[in-house]
Amino acid sequence: MALPQAKQTATEARLSALTLPTGGWPDAARRDALSRVQAMGLPGARDEYWKYTPPSTLVQVDAPQAQALDHGDEAPLFEGRDRLKIVFVDGVFDAEASDDLALEGVQIDRLAEVKDIHWAKDLYGVLEARGQKPVDRPLAALNTAFATDGLLIHVTQTPSKPIHISYVHSDSASDAILHHVVKVDAGAEATILENGPAAARFNKVMEVDLADTAKLHHIRAQGRDHERRAATHIFARLGTESVFKTFTLTVNGVLTRNECVVELTGDDAVAHIAGACMGDGDFHHDDTVFVTHDAVGCESRQVFKKVLRNGATGVFQGKILVKPDAQKTDGYQISQSLLLDEDSQFLAKPELEIYADDVACSHGSTSGAIDEDGLFYLRARGLPRGTAEDLLTIAFIAEAVQEVEDTSLQEELVERVAGWLERRRG
Amino acid sequence: MLEIKNLHVKLEEEDKQILKGVDLTVEAGKVHAIMGPNGSGKSTLSYVLSGKDGYEVTDGSAELLGEDLLEMETEERAAAGLFLAFQYPVEIPGVGNMTFLRTAVNAQRKARGQEEMSSAEFLKVIREKAKSLKIDAEMLKRPVNVGFSGGEKKRNEILQMAMLEPKMCILDETDSGLDVDAMKLVADGVNALRDEGRGFLVITHYQRLLDHIKPDVVHIMANGRIIKTGGPELALEVEQNGYADLLEEAQ
Repeated sequence: MALPQAKQTATEARLSALTLPTGGWPDAARRDALSRVQAMGLPGARDEYWKYTPPSTLVQVDAPQAQALDHGDEAPLFEGRDRLKIVFVDGVFDAEASDDLALEGVQIDRLAEVKDIHWAKDLYGVLEARGQKPVDRPLAALNTAFATDGLLIHVTQTPSKPIHISYVHSDSASDAILHHVVKVDAGAEATILENGPAAARFNKVMEVDLADTAKLHHIRAQGRDHERRAATHIFARLGTESVFKTFTLTVNGVLTRNECVVELTGDDAVAHIAGACMGDGDFHHDDTVFVTHDAVGCESRQVFKKVLRNGATGVFQGKILVKPDAQKTDGYQISQSLLLDEDSQFLAKPELEIYADDVACSHGSTSGAIDEDGLFYLRARGLPRGTAEDLLTIAFIAEAVQEVEDTSLQEELVERVAGWLERRRG
Repeated sequence: MLEIKNLHVKLEEEDKQILKGVDLTVEAGKVHAIMGPNGSGKSTLSYVLSGKDGYEVTDGSAELLGEDLLEMETEERAAAGLFLAFQYPVEIPGVGNMTFLRTAVNAQRKARGQEEMSSAEFLKVIREKAKSLKIDAEMLKRPVNVGFSGGEKKRNEILQMAMLEPKMCILDETDSGLDVDAMKLVADGVNALRDEGRGFLVITHYQRLLDHIKPDVVHIMANGRIIKTGGPELALEVEQNGYADLLEEAQ
């Protein structure tokens, strides 16, 4: 079917401004992905899946300008931890700032460097392509085709420390496309930390393949730069009794679209997808989640909390699809917003599609103001209104933050949120 | 300590008068009890004194140590020494009990121009006070009131009172939902705080709490007014005969 003219034109313009990287085994996947993008066309304002989030600035040829934020003397997140640190500046690998890509139990290569036949050949673009049904995700296919770099992380045994990918934004016109592949072998458990705004415009894909009984914890913070834009995708495939837990904290950002596509393909697998975001003014944040239960006895949780003020917009599109054989599915989905004024809005589209009959699925979506009873209680104990509101805001996002298993990470994340709230009050 | 004169209060949103001229003075070192049937205005009095939204004072005054309470924000009243133990303590998920209490203690100290309490000092004091209320370390770490039983919530209120060392304590139906043992524990906690510089206003439906917290003065409140004031024997009279006789007498 031919694309609508406007979409065709926008897609051609964007694609012609990009150069397809070449070299080695990813070339075939890149070409396939390019033809996927050409067939789908890039997202347009009239696409149902982009009803609440205008895609034009993610699609246009040049990245809109975005100043890098000066963080002053605030130490970057995760800085005090024992971890393997890997740094990208405006999407370009920074060898000097990074540790050696050596960690016992893990093989790490860079997409830009690998030429020979590689384990990632069977995954690169493969999980992304699977995730294109039943909904098109053209920005992810664009990523597979044009990603200039990324990490190929193969976890064979449980490493002693987390892998930390730090994204630095420095150039106000940077337009970065990175693509990571993570494969965790049976019985291994790993933690991946990500933080930073990455670029003026950032397109990132992370494909995750978990073998039976593998575990992956993914914790990311997307950076405080306000003018930045980002479209990210996670495509995860879970084997039997594997566990995938991902949590994202977003503060600021004029446009963020985080898509997470999870396929539970082995029995008794567990996927927890959570996020907390807070924004002000022209902040726009979109969490789009698609969880497919395709095996028996799997558990999935989606927990998303949004704190919005001064006309900020939050979007949640979350779906649980339970296939006919996915009996004993336990699905849970909650999306809530805390609207700190009447100008802000939260747009939610929760969806359940269930074809199995022995299933427990619950979902809820709410918008509300700060709890007056809680506020009175805290003020009656002597907390000034501002401090009391901050505590209640932290209380509001708690359910999402608690999806992070490591409590020291929880504390570090909450501390950042507290700092953000305090700065807002001036 | 606390001086309430001719206090008239209506609901802000509707034309409903709740307090119709309350006069009450609580002296330092004394425990006053207010008893009364449902809807008599007891809880409203505690909310208005603490500064809860939704009420409008149409006449009268309320002073704490000579300062006009009604002009102050809720948190200013707390810093001035007023404490309300809630009938229904609020759950605050994600905020540790200890963190909350330290924030509260230091916010009040700051408001009074005192130095903040160090973590070490705070820890020492809270451990000691928690122990006497049988509040264990686990409960101090848990989020404020989340998953607490009724008794644990009320004990937590008393712990907050002990840590904040207020001058004037209002207990709003602190006995509701407590079994005898829990009530005794709470009452012991309150009694430990009784001293010459502190006043108490204990709001309750039932006399049984007053077996444990012995009041100096008992007031009966009905229909937005204090209709009778007496000694501890007044509470016993209510327990035996109910409010009907007193209400009739007042008419």
